[in-house]
Amino acid sequence: MKGKNRKQNLSDAREVDGSYDQLTDSTEDDFELSTVCYRPEGLDKLQEQTKFTKKELQVLYRGFKNECPSGVVNEETFKLIYSQFFPQGDSSTYAHFLFEAFDTDKNGSISFEDFVMGLSIILRGTINDRLNWAFNLYDLNKDGCITKEEMMAIMKSIYDMMGKCTSPCMQDDTHREHVESFFQKMDRNSDGVVTIEEFIESCQKDENIMRSMQLFDNVI
Amino acid sequence: MAAGVATWLPFARAAAVGWLPLAKNSMPKPPGDKKSRHDEILIVNVSGNRFQTWKNTLDRYPDTLLGSSEKEFFFNEETQEYFFDRDPEMFRHILNFYRTGKLHYPRHECIQAFDEELAFYGIIPEIIGDCCMEEYRDRKKENQERLEEDTEAEMATETPLPPDSTLRERLWRAFENPHTSTMALVFYYVTGFFIAVSVIANVVETVPCRAPKGMLKDLPCGEKFSLAFFCLDTACVMIFTFEYLMRFFAAPSRGKFMRSVMSVIDVVAIMPYYIGLVMPENEDVSGAFVTLRVFRVFRIFKFSRHSQGLRILGYTLKSCASELGFLLFSLTMAIIIFATVMFYAEKGTKDTNFTSIPASFWYTIVTMTTLGYGDMVPSSIAGKIFGSICSLSGVLVIALPVPVIVSNFSRIYHQNQRADKRRAQLKIRLARIRLAKSGTTNAFLQYKEHGGLQDQSSGNQALCIRNRSTFEHQHNHLLHCLEKTTNHEFTDEHTYNEVCMAESMDYRTSRSTSISSQQGQSTSCCSRRAKRRAIRLANSTVSVSRGSIQELDTLHVQKSIPQSRSSLNARTQDLKLNCGGDMDFTAAIISIPTPPANTPDDSLPPSPAIPGILRNSQQMGDMSSQYTQEAIKISSL
Repeated sequence: MKGKNRKQNLSDAREVDGSYDQLTDSTEDDFELSTVCYRPEGLDKLQEQTKFTKKELQVLYRGFKNECPSGVVNEETFKLIYSQFFPQGDSSTYAHFLFEAFDTDKNGSISFEDFVMGLSIILRGTINDRLNWAFNLYDLNKDGCITKEEMMAIMKSIYDMMGKCTSPCMQDDTHREHVESFFQKMDRNSDGVVTIEEFIESCQKDENIMRSMQLFDNVI
Repeated sequence: MAAGVATWLPFARAAAVGWLPLAKNSMPKPPGDKKSRHDEILIVNVSGNRFQTWKNTLDRYPDTLLGSSEKEFFFNEETQEYFFDRDPEMFRHILNFYRTGKLHYPRHECIQAFDEELAFYGIIPEIIGDCCMEEYRDRKKENQERLEEDTEAEMATETPLPPDSTLRERLWRAFENPHTSTMALVFYYVTGFFIAVSVIANVVETVPCRAPKGMLKDLPCGEKFSLAFFCLDTACVMIFTFEYLMRFFAAPSRGKFMRSVMSVIDVVAIMPYYIGLVMPENEDVSGAFVTLRVFRVFRIFKFSRHSQGLRILGYTLKSCASELGFLLFSLTMAIIIFATVMFYAEKGTKDTNFTSIPASFWYTIVTMTTLGYGDMVPSSIAGKIFGSICSLSGVLVIALPVPVIVSNFSRIYHQNQRADKRRAQLKIRLARIRLAKSGTTNAFLQYKEHGGLQDQSSGNQALCIRNRSTFEHQHNHLLHCLEKTTNHEFTDEHTYNEVCMAESMDYRTSRSTSISSQQGQSTSCCSRRAKRRAIRLANSTVSVSRGSIQELDTLHVQKSIPQSRSSLNARTQDLKLNCGGDMDFTAAIISIPTPPANTPDDSLPPSPAIPGILRNSQQMGDMSSQYTQEAIKISSL
């Protein structure tokens, strides 16, 4: 109601000026959206579903809630947060893929549960769990196999994060070569796609990868 | 870094699972966790007021005083708390910034005191939230202006001229500030007097004097004593011309002087006289000559050099021009409407004054402003009805909306300004914040230099590295993992350019098969390098700034790659053209076009010591002007 009167008084002014069309309209709408709040399930329930201890969940939630008081992270915020860690390059594409991987219920935002589930698998899961999660990340259309195009996109997004100033100089087709070598290693039956079995099998045979898995031992 | 980064680091590290299967080499070992992972509550004692907060809260912003190891300098062993001898009221706001991520400006505080506190705690003012930003900016501008005025006034009147100043400088000073020397003051008053004399003479010469003997009609004094008035006019114009020529001679920038308002007024004041001199006593042109004499009245504007108030009035009118314009427009609309109506209403009447619509304008204006001269009155009934409506609406149209329109448009004007201002400032602020963030890249490189990435137990690390916070260790480890995944290393601008140069040398002498692609890449590498060199930034944050230009630049790396890809099969010449095109494309950002390929640029300053953490907001102030351009141009692209 209040909004309508204000609009009438200024309508002629706005028509002349032409620059205030959204000024009075949008402020009214914004008030409604910002009061939406999302509360996660109880601490106990989360403790059951994930492999974190109570204290760890508390610390995680405090950080999460401080960052996103409304209880959910949308893609923009997600990209922004992730880009803080990689100031040299452009991490938005990789952040987008990560967002897709974390947002398991595909509702366009990551709630605390999604967040904590994902972290639990990566940080506290078995090696197979982690490999499964990585496969899910690479499989952009979630059809059960990784094609060359998907891997190209992923590889490019990772190389983008490095930025320009690298040594040796980043070439145009660096990531292409990398994809080729990846497919050579992973694609057993050389049918042009990597399925989950091929992926897990090849990874388990690779010592480097197995050794690197201890990376996640003390992240939290 | 912006809000909450430290809390999201575990997530970023977990996300590295996506790199593992792709890495060609194995990942480095993660850093050991020295301290317990439990969050502890820190006590910060600010002049007796004890504030308590989680350590994680403070760690959120590692490039501020409280978030970095700098606070250890303030740690009091006996009381096991951090003691700061600063204002506790201000500290509340600082601490709230850590808690909520938004910095608010307390309106009752002095702006300078607030700025000092921010500088002490290492927080850049650009982070102030939108809610308080405008207030902060306005107060700051006000304060600056106030201080500037004072220093200007001081400088102008009190600082003595250097002893070896030329005659020109002294003369200019005397003209601009008559209070500096007696001669100048005398000259000032003399010119003032002559302006007054000239204006009065102009006025008096039109007053009718008693007719001289032998004539019937009263003559205006100007014609009776024409010689006297002519001499007076000549004397005044002599003085004005002399003054103008002196000012012109003394002006430090003659072009600017000629374009200034006051000099235009001077010229307009004296021109009619000279034109009158050269024009012959011809009846045909005397009409035009008379018009010229009107311009003599502009001499009165010369008083504005003598009066501050006049200048302020002129400035106010100039700044309210748009509101006045709209007022005029709405009045014009009303006038046209009523004039048309009156004309058609009075059309039928005999001997009517309302001969045309423009003729009715006069009636409408006189009626609406409630003057009512009575020289034009409607006689038909319809005319009288509409005439009365016109006069009633005159009150409404003029008296009522004037305050409403003025206040409305003052509000809309300011709001409009605010929106544009905010948009422009947002870009600048983002650029500055990015600049601060880019300190982290150099932190990583410095970390590497000091052996941070080696095994901790091997003892090769510098002490400064060992004492780094857990967060830094983990973040640097994350970046190291990315390096291992892609098999490339992070470098700074300088090393990158060297490497690039070296590689392009190699490629030129080596095999020819992929020469086109390599060359395309290297020339585009080097053209960008040449461009970046063109940016002269003198202080030690050179590498920081380049890092951030490059960050802004990476937006365009994506765009430019398709160009160079298509040139993979092209001949060398085409490539050069392509690079040229590419260069122009990104030159829009840097706005300094430089020739491509090898320009041995010796004037590149040597790569200075990387400062690591950018804290001083002063440094960024220096670079802000360069960044405004770049930031704004990028968004327009």
